Order: sequence, then structure tokens, then C-alpha cells
Amino acid sequence: MDPFTLIVIVIALVVVAAVVGSVTLLGGRRRKSSLPAAPPQDLPTLQDVPGGGVEVLEPETAAPETAEPTLDRPEAPATRLARLRGRLSRSQGIGRGLLSLLSRDKLDESTWEEVEDTLLTADVGVGPTQELVARLRARVNGLDDRTPDGLRTLLREELLALIGPDTDRSLTTHADGRPAVVLVVGVNGTGKTTTVGKLARVLVAEDRSVLLGAADTFRAAAADQLTTWGVRVGAPTVRGPEAGDPASVAFDAVQQGIDGGYDVVLLDTAGRLQNKVGLMDELGKIKRVVEKHGPVDEVLLVLDATTGQNGMVQARVFSEVVDVTGIVLTKLDGTAKGGIVVAVQRELGVPVKLIGLGEGPDDLAPFDPEAFVDALIEG
Amino acid sequence: MFATLQDRLAATFKNLRGKGKLTDADIDATAREIRVALLEADVALPVVKDFIEAVRARARGVEVHQALNPAQQIIKIVNDELIEILGGETRRLRFAKNPPSVIMLAGLQGSGKTTLAGKLAHWLRAQGHQPVLVAADLQRPNAVTQLQVVGERAGVPVFAPEPGNGVGNPVDVARRAIEHAKQKMYDVVIVDTAGRLGIDQALMQQAADIRDAVNPDETLFVVDAMVGQDAVNTAQAFLDGVGFDGVVLTKLDGDARGGAALSVAKVTGRQVMFASAGEKLDEFDTFHPDRMASRILGMGDVLTLIEQAEKAFDKDQAEEMAGKFGRGEDFTFEDFLAQMESVRKMGSMSKLLGMLPGMGQMREQIENIDEREIDRVTAIIKSMTPAERRDHKILNGSRRSRIARGSGSTVTDVNGLVERFVEAQKMMRQLAAGGGMPGMPGIPGMGRGGKKSKGKAQARQAAAKKGGKSRSGNPAKRAQQQALAARQPGDGAPLDLPEDFELPAELKNLLPPGQR
Ligand SMILES: Nc1nc2c(ncn2[C@@H]2O[C@H](COP(=O)(O)OP(=O)(O)OP(=O)(O)O)[C@@H](O)[C@H]2O)c(=O)[nH]1
Ligand SMILES: [Mg+2]
Repeated sequence: MDPFTLIVIVIALVVVAAVVGSVTLLGGRRRKSSLPAAPPQDLPTLQDVPGGGVEVLEPETAAPETAEPTLDRPEAPATRLARLRGRLSRSQGIGRGLLSLLSRDKLDESTWEEVEDTLLTADVGVGPTQELVARLRARVNGLDDRTPDGLRTLLREELLALIGPDTDRSLTTHADGRPAVVLVVGVNGTGKTTTVGKLARVLVAEDRSVLLGAADTFRAAAADQLTTWGVRVGAPTVRGPEAGDPASVAFDAVQQGIDGGYDVVLLDTAGRLQNKVGLMDELGKIKRVVEKHGPVDEVLLVLDATTGQNGMVQARVFSEVVDVTGIVLTKLDGTAKGGIVVAVQRELGVPVKLIGLGEGPDDLAPFDPEAFVDALIEG
Repeated sequence: MFATLQDRLAATFKNLRGKGKLTDADIDATAREIRVALLEADVALPVVKDFIEAVRARARGVEVHQALNPAQQIIKIVNDELIEILGGETRRLRFAKNPPSVIMLAGLQGSGKTTLAGKLAHWLRAQGHQPVLVAADLQRPNAVTQLQVVGERAGVPVFAPEPGNGVGNPVDVARRAIEHAKQKMYDVVIVDTAGRLGIDQALMQQAADIRDAVNPDETLFVVDAMVGQDAVNTAQAFLDGVGFDGVVLTKLDGDARGGAALSVAKVTGRQVMFASAGEKLDEFDTFHPDRMASRILGMGDVLTLIEQAEKAFDKDQAEEMAGKFGRGEDFTFEDFLAQMESVRKMGSMSKLLGMLPGMGQMREQIENIDEREIDRVTAIIKSMTPAERRDHKILNGSRRSRIARGSGSTVTDVNGLVERFVEAQKMMRQLAAGGGMPGMPGIPGMGRGGKKSKGKAQARQAAAKKGGKSRSGNPAKRAQQQALAARQPGDGAPLDLPEDFELPAELKNLLPPGQR
């Protein structure tokens, strides 16, 4: 590109920043709703997409090539939890856990450093780690029991306090006189579609009727993937035309959920990076359009446990756009600890509600703060 | 977002005076700041520790001069070390002497293998190869269908003899794919495999079996740029379990710093070969260690900015705009609207501004920019009539209140916008009259010079400049230098770090009060 174009760009950037940025300053802080009417081109175009453009695939007829066409009963909750807990600690052998580190009888500098390292390698982040260690040091000073064991108990306590052991982590899947609507969002490849499938399975096991909505009309074969999950767990899938408007598919799915008297509608959306303004607008629109039917009961942000510090940015931006009500932390069956959710919970107050522990239909569990903290520090 | 190393070191050395070598205390302080900066960029802790030792050794030699700022000297050292680990010169794909060449992709679930397979095929095809994609992910629901769609979009055949979704043996498919390729005379075979965890023994064995069945010329480890500390464990597990020759970094279009690139390169000694940045087939490039180093350090990435601009800005529109400035014509709300749309296409404001060198000082303000404000401003301008957009002077009270109503904002908002706009217009006029962007000499197309009299305009502007700032302090010039460096591999100077990251004062003043 020739330099003069570059200069135009730089000017454009600065001018836009100056004009746009200052409206923020003049107009006061965070006037989220000061523009009640969205610009006209953003209005939902439901009328344009009649219900006829959307097909409901019944489990019996769709995806005949599926490996598991028969519906088996989901595993009982108790055995599921025991099995998954084992998986959560599967990575224990890999790192040297705090427990073994703290076998000395004195707390010296290098012990503190090791505490810090453990938290850092769990992706807790520099800021939160340093704060935590500072607070621990202060507390340990006023403690009689200045042993590594005492420290470990303290650390556990503090981490638990950060995560909020008493936070309400229940999922809203009941709504009066209409289906409960759950919207699943997140960046690419975190496990949204898989989570929808697993969640549907849990709900079906509780004898709730579940309808899936394939509002990922973008990625290749995304709707097929969701349909396969639907067939596997016994829930029909509403899908629209390829490259169609995801908001209309979501709207139609909820409409059919209402008409068909379903208990829950689970909406899968396309993966999107939080810095893509256009895609985030699209997501905001999906939610607004669905809300024409009534409130969205849960907005679940799916975070991959391997995610580093960018997870915080993801949580912040998605929360701004669609008001996230809960986090699903996936891929905890690997070696990653998912420590980023410590900061996310603390800063945004959005609770982790579910965890993903594998690719199978039963590999979803409620989030257990204690088990999570133990895995963090026992790494 | 985090403070850049630049900011951190500047603060650390604020009180540094005198001459001689950096003291041990200075070096310790430096090491601490580098550690934090790298950790916040998701570089794995063990890698950070090694890295700091190397920098520490070199920092001992740093002389404190008056002319050269030690913070910048240290950054230069850090940057050099980063580039070295990330791999000096980029390695090219190895092809087999007797086709087909085989490329196998491996990585965690969700790292972007299937999308990448499509991009790689598309890229190879553009270079005159005849690739075939092989659907060996028979695990994830509809991974096979996904690859088929991707192949169709890329115009590349897909070998998918098994339906997947748990049916079929991937080792067998991979083996048959080679025969198939030989028969059909395809010269590159790209094997897409299922995502797997490093600790999943059974699946790692399966990956090794696939490898043994196809004997790849290149095994590429695909890793997501957002990955945190786990990058080292996973990379090591894949290296031990399957082995790989190169690394592909995906989702670089996000705003993660991408420290994983460094972790993986350092721990495995394998080079990052490709960068994948987007969901479209052509959003794929060879990897540039220098750019990645800048990104990890959170330094302005002018090259990326230029590339995104190339995609987003309509060339004619940009030229027209430049011409307008040149002729001293007034910039209108119409122009502004067009600019906003282009800027928007390029990505978030804060990210873009962050790419400009010298914006470090304004980091916080930049982060506080409310991106949705663009929507609000757009709505206001769209509520204006064309005549009003062309000439804001006709905007009287009743017009303003109509616009406010139409856009769902308040008259105060409209007034504020017009006020800022008038300011911006004034600034543009000054730029045009002054013959160039202050502090940015050598930009043709601005001012009267026009783009043809490049040399002359440059000379005139340079002469007209009072302070006589060093040339590399100029972002645009630097961008040119960097572009040159990047386009001429092997000239030995991957990134010429500017002595001065300062944004020209004039530019800074453009930002609203409180954002300066
Ligand atoms: N090991 C493991 N893998 C998981 C888990 N959840 C999802 N996956 C896998 O991660 C990959 C991506 O999952 P998807 O559900 O397709 O992710 P997504 O967010 O819908 O992806 P996009 O729609 O492409 O953005 C698949 O291979 C899943 O099987 C988990 O908890 N553990
Ligand atoms: Mg999906």
C-alpha cells in the first residue's frame, strides 16, 4: 500500500477516535440504552423469512449415518460425578502440586515463589496471583500455625472465597407458560455445540422436552453437527438455510418451541472472536430478536480451559454484548487448569455453572468450587 | 488488556540518571517487568524464566547514555531474543521427491485444524499444486461433512471414504488416501485428524499410527493463539507422542497476544511456519517472527494495520479522500461516515489505535473507548439529510432536535458530535495547508505535492519542519522501512526499532481532552 493511503487511514482512525471518543465523554458514562431504537437496517427481518424457510428435523429421519442411533439412558448423576471427578484430577501427575512442594517445615522465600508459580501456571494471571500471595503473606504473619500445611489451607480458603462457594450456580431451565430459552455463545472452537448436545442430554434425562436451534449458519456443517447431537440425545433441531440470518433461525426455533409446547429451547451460535465488531453486533441482534418472544433465561459463555489471559477479555466483551449469566468451562479433562475463571468470576461476578470433561454425551458436570480449587493447587 | 513492556520499562527507568552500566538493581527491576509483560502475553512460565536469564546477561552490557534511552535499549534486546526464538528465517514446506507429499495436521480439540486444512489446500492450489484433503477425523460429529464443505469451497477434492461420527478407522483411511492420491495423481495429501488431548494415551497412539501409515513429509502442530500456560505441556506431549516438524498458529485475528507461539517454539525447537487469521479460506499467511515479537510485546504493529487497511479501505475512496485534503476541500459528515465504516471493517477502534506506535501512553484511554459509540454516532449522522451531511452549518436548533429524535439520542449528543466534528474539520484543514501531517514528513498525497512529486514534497516537508525529528520517529516512514524489511527476507534486519515511539504531539492533541 502506498504511504498516502496509510496516512488517510491514520487520519481516519484518529478522526473517528476524536469524534466518537468525545461523544462518550460529553454524553456521559455508559449510556447503554440511550439509543433505544436500533438503526433501521438493524431491525429484525422476521417477516422476510417465513417459517417455511425453516425445517424441523425429527430425530428419526435425520442423519441416518449416525453411529449411535439408539437412545440409551444417560448415566445416573452420582456415578457421573464420581467418574468425572476422577477425570478432573487425571492431570495430577503432570505438575508438582503445591501439596508436595509444601512439605518443608518452614516458609521461606522460595516456598512463596513456588506458590506463585503454581498459580501462574494455572493461568490465574499475574495480577490476581500477586494479590493473592500478598494477602496470604499478611494472613500467615498473624497465624500461629506457620507451616506449609497451614498455608495450603489458607490458600484454599482464599481461592474458594474468590470463586464464591455460595454463589448460585443453578441453571434456569424452567419458565412459566413458555419454554425456557438458553443461548450458548463463545469464541471459535471452545465447545459450544458439544455443550448444547451434552446439556440437552441432561435435560432429556430429566424428562424435559428439548428443542435445539442451529443459529450457527456460518461454519461449514455446523448445523449438521448440532443435528447429529440432537439425534444422539433425542432432541429435534430447528435449522435454517445455509448462510441464512442466524437471528431468524433463533427466532423460529423459539417460535416452534412455543408452538410445540417444549420445556427448553437451546440455541447454539457460531463461534466469534470478541474483537470482531460486526459479529458481536450480530450476536446482540440474535438476542434482541429472540427476546421478542420473551426473556432469554440463560446466556452461557463457553470458555475453553486452555485459554490464557485473553479469556478475561472474552468474558468482558461477551458480557457487555449479551449479558452473560453463566460460564461453561470446557476441556477440563486435559492438562489445562482454567485458572482464568478465577479472575473472570471476581471481576465480572459471572459464575461458572458447568464444566466440560470430555467429548462424550455424559461428560458435563455442575461446577464444584472445591474440586476446582483443589485441582488448581494440586496441579 | 495490559500495560506494554514499553510502558513498564519507561516507568522503571524514569529515575535513572548518569552514565555507566546499568546497576544490578536496574537489571533486577528490568527482569521483573519483562517477566510480568511476558506472563501477561501468555508466555509459559518456564520459558519466561529461561528467557529472562538470557536478557539479563545481555542487559549487563547496556551502557546508560544520554542520547539512548535504556528502556529502548532493553526492548531492543528483548525483541531480538524473541525473534531469535521464534525462528530467524521462515522455513518453507518440504515436499517429497516422489509425490505425493504428505502433510499431517495434529492438535488439541477446537484448535482449528479443519479450517486450516482448507486454507492450506487453497494456498497450495494457488501455487499450482493438486492437493487432496483426507477426512481422518472420524470422531467429532460431522467433522467429515465440515471438511467436505471446506474442500468444496476451496475447490479441492476430499477423500472421505468413511462417514465418521464414530464410524471408520482413521489409520486405515489415511493409508488408503495415499493410494488414492497416487492413482489420481494428486501431488499433496493433507490429512486432517481428530482433536486430541496430550494426556489421552489411546488417542496419541492412534495419531502415531496414522503418522506411521502415511509417513508424512511435514507434520504440523496446530495451536490456538489464545492458549495460555498449558501450551508447553501440550506441545511437549504432541512432540513426544506424534512428533512434529512445524507449528501453525491459528486465530491470530483475535486480540490475544499469542505468547503460546514463543512457548511452543522454545520448548520444542520447532518453528512456527504459518499464521492463520480468520475464518475465510484466504486468511492464511506465512509466519513473520518480527511481527509476532511486536505483538507479544504489545508494540504497535503497523504492518498488520496496513494489511487490514488494504482489505477494508476502498482504494478509490482513500485516494479521493487524499485528493480532497490536497485540494483543501472541507471534510464533510459524508466523508466521516465513510471513514467510520472503513475503520469499523478493520476491527475494533481500541485494537486499531493500539497498533499505532506511540499510543502506549494513551493505553488506558484507548481501552476505555466504547466501541458502540460508533453505532450511536452513525445513527446520528444517518438521521441527517444529505444536505445537512454536506454542510453542517445549516444545522440549526430545530434540525438538531429532529436529528436527536430520529436517532434516539439527545440534543446534547448531537451538539457534542457537531462540535467535535468542527474541530476535526479544522484539523484537517491545517493538515492540508501545512502540506503534510505534522510530525509525519515524507507523506506524499497530502498537501499540494500530490502523489507524483513524492521526492519533492518529502524534501520540502522535511525542510519546513522545525524540530527536525529523527526520520525513524515517523510512523509512516517506519512502516515503509518495516514493509521493506519484511518483503526482502534475508537482508538481515528484521525489525528496525525506532528510537522514538512518541505519537506526534499534533496527533495526540486531536484526541479529546482527557484522552491525551
Ligand atoms: N476433551 C474435550 N474436548 C471437548 C470438550 N468440549 C468440546 N470438545 C471438543 O472440542 C472440539 C470443538 O467443539 P465444538 O463443540 O465443535 O466447538 P464450538 O464452540 O461449537 O466450535 P465452533 O462452532 O466451530 O466455534 C470438538 O472436537 C469437541 O469434541 C471437553 O470438555 N473436553
Ligand atoms: Mg459450533
